Amino acid sequence: MPQPRDSSRRQFLSLAGGAAVLGAVPVVTLRPAEATPAMLASAIRNVVGEAAVRTGKVKLDIPPLVENGNTVPMTVSVANPMTADNHVKSIHVFNEKNPQPNIGNFYLGPHAGRAQVSTRIRLADSQKVVAIARLSDDTFWSVSVDVVVTLAACTEEVI
Amino acid sequence: MPSALINVPRTAKRGDIIEIKTLMSHIMETGYRHLASGEVVPRDIITSFSCRYNGTEIFRADLFQAIAANPFITFFTTATESGKFEFEWIGDKGFSETASASITVE
Repeated sequence: MPQPRDSSRRQFLSLAGGAAVLGAVPVVTLRPAEATPAMLASAIRNVVGEAAVRTGKVKLDIPPLVENGNTVPMTVSVANPMTADNHVKSIHVFNEKNPQPNIGNFYLGPHAGRAQVSTRIRLADSQKVVAIARLSDDTFWSVSVDVVVTLAACTEEVI
Repeated sequence: MPSALINVPRTAKRGDIIEIKTLMSHIMETGYRHLASGEVVPRDIITSFSCRYNGTEIFRADLFQAIAANPFITFFTTATESGKFEFEWIGDKGFSETASASITVE
């Protein structure tokens, strides 16, 4: 006796759940003030143009688990010599889910001696951080790191 | 009142690779926060940082809202001659600050 009632309840719940998921999808995608992977890709295109981006050479030191997204220490280093004819020209850092996809562009030269920069960044959500280095021969090298953020940098905070 | 903290070695041997640490006090307001009244707090960030070594630019950075408040930037350079490092921060609302540090290279 309770069997059919239980199963129809289950059906109802799964239908309702499905409807809720369908309803929720547009709400999530329409959320303003959040960069999307497409914005990340176009921000990267703005820097590299049509050139191919290879994985390697670049090292991104950032904590994999961040408690406070308002200030996250980050170091980018590139395993490349710094000589007049072979050096790192610039380092570009991007994020996937902050309101806008750029973090910083750093321009160096052979005089730097070592291709390494550090700063502190904001992360509005758990997301991917991408670092790209441009070498003097105009090749691009990248690395991406996934970071989990427990307290997000409050972009919609009321003050 | 903006204030800068600079850390450059006072002396170095010629050819040494030295680390330069800089910090500028600044709120780095993102422009994505709003007041209780619903009014958006306008963006107020430092957009550019540069360092010159005896007049030659050795490092430059474009900063965005994703840089944390009180931008802290460290980088490296080769100590080639005694002289002066000049730092400059430029930002929204006419923000412009400079600082300098000297080095003796033996």
